[in-house]
Amino acid sequence: MKPFDFQRADGLEHAAQLCADQDSKPIAGGTNLIDLMKLQVETPETLVDIHRLPLGRIDETDEGGLRIGALATNTATAVHERVRSDYPLLARAILAGASQQLRNKATTGGNLCQRTRCYYFMNIDQPCNKREPGSGCGALEGIARLHAVLGTSDQCIATYPGDMAVAMTALGATVEIADAKGKSRSVPVRDFHCLPGDTPWRDNVLEEGEIITAVILPPPVAGKQLYRKVRERSSYAFAMVSVAAVVALEDGRFSRADLAFGALAHKPWHDPRLSALLLGKEPSAKLFDEAAEVLLDSAESHGENAYKIPLARRTLAAVLAEATGMEL
Amino acid sequence: MAITINSQTYDLPDDPRTTLLDFLRHDLGLPGTKKGCDHGQCGACTVLVDGMRINSCLSLAAMHDGDHVTTIEGLGTPDAPSALQRAFVEHDGYQCGYCTPGQICSATAMLQEIANGWPSDASESLDGPVEASGAEIRERMSGNLCRCGAYANIVAAIEDVAAQEDAA
Repeated sequence: MKPFDFQRADGLEHAAQLCADQDSKPIAGGTNLIDLMKLQVETPETLVDIHRLPLGRIDETDEGGLRIGALATNTATAVHERVRSDYPLLARAILAGASQQLRNKATTGGNLCQRTRCYYFMNIDQPCNKREPGSGCGALEGIARLHAVLGTSDQCIATYPGDMAVAMTALGATVEIADAKGKSRSVPVRDFHCLPGDTPWRDNVLEEGEIITAVILPPPVAGKQLYRKVRERSSYAFAMVSVAAVVALEDGRFSRADLAFGALAHKPWHDPRLSALLLGKEPSAKLFDEAAEVLLDSAESHGENAYKIPLARRTLAAVLAEATGMEL
Repeated sequence: MAITINSQTYDLPDDPRTTLLDFLRHDLGLPGTKKGCDHGQCGACTVLVDGMRINSCLSLAAMHDGDHVTTIEGLGTPDAPSALQRAFVEHDGYQCGYCTPGQICSATAMLQEIANGWPSDASESLDGPVEASGAEIRERMSGNLCRCGAYANIVAAIEDVAAQEDAA
């Protein structure tokens, strides 16, 4: 690890001030950042310890939703009584990721900000436009098994690797962000992560000195919630494709179809055309196929990740079938 | 700035880069906790911080001011082993033994998580109760790798202790 200056933040504004410098990084659980610092992918000059800030609570909101503090651990969120009863999709997505040891340390804010596991990003001897702008993308012509098929650019085909944010995307959650001047803003999780475009170093919309304070879940809705993660081994592996679904039927027709997809893009993928297509229609294998057509109409593979396109199609159909009690 | 490890109090290290794992092994001479991958993938470095299992390789010692850490040395001794330590010996839950301290620390916390009724990815219901079945144990222990492949006996050792605790 490169040497760094270690600072303990004694309040939110202090933390945001310390993080306003572009060579500073906040640290909470540290499970991703310390790993990347050992690899020298991350080399902050100042590390700002925010893990003792009072941002770990999970509280009910006035609207009947939940406010999950940025420092609530993944474990605390997944086992929270109201998360288990009203947002089972979120509990399931968190439990499908990492190991218990990691979930015990990993925080809500840190998990949203976790970085891609692209092999080229993680290896400082390889070219990577995200880590070293202008150095090229090794994955485009290289090993791309985990890589994106939607929303890619000629600069970067990395994926956002997490599960939690995919569930939050389907649930329509909001990220609450504070800055060094004590001001606060809210960003829907659906808009929090960026596509790579020609700024692949930018993972999300956070500006320097901004710190995530919470994620707000809207009041729970009726319907079925499912998280299906397809991976190469049955535990402790990143997704090849994941589907988060909040689905309801009324008189045998879709009255809700909020869907989000993991491991397909640089961000949890949400396509509003899917619910527009599904709402008011009767579930059928043909309809699920049409939904997959819409989801994947711009999909582009890069050699090794070609499997993701048919896998996404089948996983979507399987989840919609399970959610609507249909047999395919 | 102090940390309590197995009931003894120590000053935190001067170099903020020191991981909790290196602090235990290198600075304090507590080599029971093992360094396998040093990247949070193998679980050999698992310790308990205020009862919760974590990967000590992915945590800075400087961030544990005031915490209570338990390592394999604090769980039991050769003369007075913990129930899991004894069960690993009885069931031959290892070959080379390198992953064993991490496995036992991890399993110690895991049995408490099951007692708390916390679900896992293998649980059919999120509302419990949770049974310490083979499938649950395998899922919950997936953060601890054993290169020798002693998994069958590791699961048997944990099942044995879970059944004893259930009967008690």
